[in-house]
Amino acid sequence: MIPKNSNVTSNVTIEETRIQETAKHEPAILNKDVENGYCEVKVENLNFFYGSVQALFNVTVKVQGKGVAALIGPSGCGKSTFLRVLNRMNDLIPGTRLDGKVSIHGKNIYAPNTDVVNLRKKVGMVFQHPNPFPKSIFDNIAYGPRIDGLKNKAVLTEIVETSLKGAALWDEVKDRLNEPALALSGGQQQRLCIARALGVKPRILLMDEPTSAIDPIATQRIEDLIRNLCTEYTIIIVTHNMQQAARISDHTGFFLQGKMIEWGGTSNLFTNPQDKRTEDYITGRFG
Amino acid sequence: MKAEVLNKGIVVEKYKSSEWRSYELVGFWALRLTLVLVLFILGVIVFDIFSKGAGVINWEFLTQPPRVGMTEGGIFPAIVGTFYVTLITIAFALPLGVGAAIYLNEYALQGKFTRLVRMSVRNLAGVPSIVFGLFGMAVFVKIFGFGPSLIAAGFTLGLLTLPVTVTASEEALRTVPRAYREGSFALGATRWQVVRTVVLPRAIPGILTGTILGLARAAGETAPILATGAAFFLPHLPDSIRSQFMALPYHLFIMSTQHHAISQVRPIAYGTALVLLILVSLLNLAAVFVRKRYRDRVAKGL
Repeated sequence: MIPKNSNVTSNVTIEETRIQETAKHEPAILNKDVENGYCEVKVENLNFFYGSVQALFNVTVKVQGKGVAALIGPSGCGKSTFLRVLNRMNDLIPGTRLDGKVSIHGKNIYAPNTDVVNLRKKVGMVFQHPNPFPKSIFDNIAYGPRIDGLKNKAVLTEIVETSLKGAALWDEVKDRLNEPALALSGGQQQRLCIARALGVKPRILLMDEPTSAIDPIATQRIEDLIRNLCTEYTIIIVTHNMQQAARISDHTGFFLQGKMIEWGGTSNLFTNPQDKRTEDYITGRFG
Repeated sequence: MKAEVLNKGIVVEKYKSSEWRSYELVGFWALRLTLVLVLFILGVIVFDIFSKGAGVINWEFLTQPPRVGMTEGGIFPAIVGTFYVTLITIAFALPLGVGAAIYLNEYALQGKFTRLVRMSVRNLAGVPSIVFGLFGMAVFVKIFGFGPSLIAAGFTLGLLTLPVTVTASEEALRTVPRAYREGSFALGATRWQVVRTVVLPRAIPGILTGTILGLARAAGETAPILATGAAFFLPHLPDSIRSQFMALPYHLFIMSTQHHAISQVRPIAYGTALVLLILVSLLNLAAVFVRKRYRDRVAKGL
C-alpha cells in the first residue's frame, strides 16, 4: 500500500518487459482427460467464513490439470485461505465454515462422507516456513508412508530415494540420511518438505509461499524444481512475488479482498489484464 | 503537549539523574535483600535438619526396621512404604493426567466447557490435602472396599497430584509448534497419529518434569495417607497392594508428636526428616535432569 512516486515508472516498464520474457514458456502437456473437460480442481461459488468474518466471496475457478497455477494478491486477500480450503486444512481452525462447491478429481470434498485423511494424501501441501519434523532426514520422508502402515524397510528406502530425487535433494543428502533434518539449510529443508509431500504420492501439490523464507539462490532451485514437478503434478502455488508467478506458472489468479478478480493464462494476465484492479496491482500501483 | 512531556523527561534526566541513581540503588538492594532472606531461611532449615539428623544416619538406620518400641533401629519399612506408594501414585496419576490433558488440548472443542474444566482442575490444586485424605477414605477405603492399604493411599495421592500432572502436560502439549501438527495433518495423518508420532514425543519430557515435581510433593504428604493406609508401626514389609504400610512423612509425624518418649526419639525424627528431604531433592534433581536432556535433544534436532 505504499504510494509510488513518479521515478518508479521506469522500474515498472523494466519489470513489465521482464515479465513478458519470463512468461513465455509453454503450458505443460495436458492429458486426454483434461481435453475432455475433466478438472483436477473445480471450485464454484465458494464463500468462506472465519466465525462471522467472511474471508472469501463467491470464488469460482477451474484448474484443469498438470502445470502450475499461481495465486497472487496483497497480504490478507484470502489466497492462503483459498489454498487451505483445497486440502481442508481450515478444518483445524475452530469456527470456520464455508458454502459453495469444491470438487477435486470430480468429487465434492466437503460432502459429508469425505475421507479427509485420504484427501490430504492426494492433495499434498508445502508451507511457508519449512517445517521438517525434528527427526532424521530419512524418518521425515518415511513419515507419510509409515503412518499409512508401511513397515517394509526396503520399500521405505526406495520411497525415500525417489522422493529425494524428485525434490532434487538426493545428491546433497544421500550420505547423511540419518542426520537430523533440522541441520539442513533453509532451502534444503524446504526441498525436504517437498520430498516429504511427494513421499505419499499425491496428485496435487499446494504450496503456500514456499520461497518467502528462503534466500534467492535457494528460491531459484525451488522454482526450477516446481517447473520439473509440474509435468507430473498439478501445482497450485500462493506467492507474494509477481515475478515468481510470471516465471513459473501457466495460469494465474489475482485475489483482492477475498474475491478472485481475474483468472487466466499467466502471460495473458500479466501482459493484457482484463480488470483495472489487476492492472493496477501488477504494475505496482498498490500492494 | 507531547513535546512538553518529553522536555520534562529530559529535564529530569539532566538535573536529577544522581538522585534517581540513588533511588535505583536502594531498590536494587531491597530486592537483593529479599533474595538473601529467602536463601537464609532455606539454609537455616536445611542446616538444622542436617546437623541434627546426619549423626543418626548409617547403614543400619537405612536397612533395619524400628526396634524396642521404635526407640531404636532404623526406618527401612518407612522408606520402602514411601517408595511403593509413590509407584502406585505414578501409575494412577500419569495415564489419567496425560490422557485428560491430551483430550483437553488436542481433541476437545475449545470453549466454555473446556475453560470450566481447566478452572476446576486448577482449583483442585488449592484443595487442602486433608480433604483429599478424607475423600480417599470415603471413596477408596470404604466405597471401593480397598480398606486402609497401599492402593487406597496411592490413589489418594494420585488425585492430589492430578492437577499438577494435567496442567504440566497441557503446558507441554501446547509448546509443540503448530507447524509440526500441520505438517503431519497435511501428510494425511489422523488426529491420533499426529498426537502419537509428533506431539507426544516432543511433549513427554515436559510431561515427565511436571509429573516428577508433583510426585515430589505427594511423597512428602502426610494428611492424605493418614486415613487411607499408613500405619503407626508394622513388624513386616507390605506384601501386597492391599497391605497397610509405613511411610516417611507419617513416621516423622509420629516420631515428633505421637511417640511416648518424644525427646528420646528426637534424633530418629531428624534422621527421618533428612532422609525424606534427600529423597524429595533427588526427585527434583531427576526433573532437572530430564529437562536438561530434553533441551540437549532439541538443540540437536532429534
